[in-house]
Amino acid sequence: MTIEEKERELIDSFAIYEDWMEKYEYIIELGKDLPLIADDYKTEENIIKGCQSMVWLHAEKKDDKVVFTADADAIIAKGIIALLIDVLSNETPEAIMNAKLEFINAIGLQEHLSPTRSNGLVAMVKQMKMYAIALNMKQ
Amino acid sequence: MMMKFSVNDIRAQFPILQTKIGKYPLVYFDNGATSQKPQVVIDCINQYYSAENANIHRGVHHLSQVSTTNYENARKTIQAYLNAEKSEEIIFTKGTTDGINLIAQSFGRMLKAGDEILITEMEHHSNIVPWQMVAQERGLVVKYIPMNEAGELKLEGLDDLLTDRTKIVSLTHVSNALGTINPIEKIIEAAHQKGAKVVIDAAQSLQHFKVDVQALDCDFMVFSGHKIFGPTGVGILYGKEDLLNAMPPYQGGGDMIKTVSMKETTYNDLPHKFEAGTPNIVGGIGLGKAIEWLSSLDLEAIQAHENDLLAYATTALEAIPNLKIYGTAAQKSSTISFLIEGTHPYDIGTLLNQQGIAVRTGHHCTQPIMDFFEIPGTIRASFSFYNTHGEIDQFINALKKALAMLS
Ligand SMILES: Cc1ncc(COP(=O)(O)O)c(C=O)c1O
Repeated sequence: MTIEEKERELIDSFAIYEDWMEKYEYIIELGKDLPLIADDYKTEENIIKGCQSMVWLHAEKKDDKVVFTADADAIIAKGIIALLIDVLSNETPEAIMNAKLEFINAIGLQEHLSPTRSNGLVAMVKQMKMYAIALNMKQ
Repeated sequence: MMMKFSVNDIRAQFPILQTKIGKYPLVYFDNGATSQKPQVVIDCINQYYSAENANIHRGVHHLSQVSTTNYENARKTIQAYLNAEKSEEIIFTKGTTDGINLIAQSFGRMLKAGDEILITEMEHHSNIVPWQMVAQERGLVVKYIPMNEAGELKLEGLDDLLTDRTKIVSLTHVSNALGTINPIEKIIEAAHQKGAKVVIDAAQSLQHFKVDVQALDCDFMVFSGHKIFGPTGVGILYGKEDLLNAMPPYQGGGDMIKTVSMKETTYNDLPHKFEAGTPNIVGGIGLGKAIEWLSSLDLEAIQAHENDLLAYATTALEAIPNLKIYGTAAQKSSTISFLIEGTHPYDIGTLLNQQGIAVRTGHHCTQPIMDFFEIPGTIRASFSFYNTHGEIDQFINALKKALAMLS
């Protein structure tokens, strides 16, 4: 599936829920399937700055695809990073760098996060793209 | 005179309290961060820009006289509310932070290397950083009164902390993070015995109960308009006249001068000496209106209602398993900080927000308090007298729902 196809699937899944409490329940569920970062990578350097809770993110290349793993100390933050990993993991660096991620607005995620949290979301996306750029140069 | 206190009558005066967040009615429990504004204050701001706007202290024309009179009347209203001896002792500032910086930079300039400033472990960053800055510039020493597990100041060691070099004792009347009401009378008396001057940060107290600066005998008091039903961007510094007269001006500019030549400047009298430039005129007038409105209420009944809300919410929260309240002082204002074991405050805050409940999560600009308890932050519900028992029920239900989702 392309990134856009995965985004479309997420938009459809979120459309089922009317109430934002239900959408949060879904986000929390997604967090439970988060590909967890290895303990060795849970370092100070891998903490994403700009989030109100602690979010650790790691990326590595497998064949020519970028694979992300992460963890967070807050459950909702864990769900949100899981959502982003769902869409961006196992893609080429180019695809990640060029991803527009329109699903974030389409499901209304941005407006339902407090500004600091939405900054956290922005910081997560930025960090994932930085990894893609770095891994792209390394090849 | 006994007035009847009706929370519904009060709520009817706050248009914002009708707001809906999605399908939920707004429950505003973030009063520690800022208070909402009654209609009379909103009308007053509107009236100012619709019919009175002109610069003050400068024009002979009609509007300038109207706005100057209204601004100076606001000063007198605030003087009366604090029971200050003179209106010259009431300086308009931008807020609490601005007031403390003014004292630190102006009074601080008169201090010498080795002089000491005594603050406490429970101060807001705005009553820590300005002192650290002036201490670094002038080689002063900043000391702290410690606190106990309940969030009360430990005063046993006060006599040792106060020395002949202590020049300033600066402390909060009420802790914004814990709700503790500090025994400032005692501390003021002890400080004065050592010849130190006392600054009271009243940012979290004047909206809950009345204080009398003459009876307290504090040397300075600072607060913010926006936390006491007035506009943002305005606040008050009260200072004893002889001290303010002895202090050098803090900022230079228009309004604070008597004469300016190319060579030198002579400064204006109080309060203008500390009010350089065009002030927040509408802010000052709006703050005067807010305090006039507050003074018209039955302050004892208000306090009884807030104490009732505090007790009711405390009991309800204590019934939730694994919930810990931070700040259990015997004397508390209507603020509760808490954490629930195994949950992150941001998760709780986010899910409460989805249900219309506004609380604050984080360190509340009091990192030393968080360090003391070894926690990153808390969830804080802070009540005002326009809040109701029904809203607390809604909050508790929303909290239980959030916990169910997070478990
Ligand atoms: C105890 C205390 N001091 C100072 C401040 C700073 O007030 P302001 O930001 O209005 O200057 C606050 C505000 O949160 C406070 O609660």
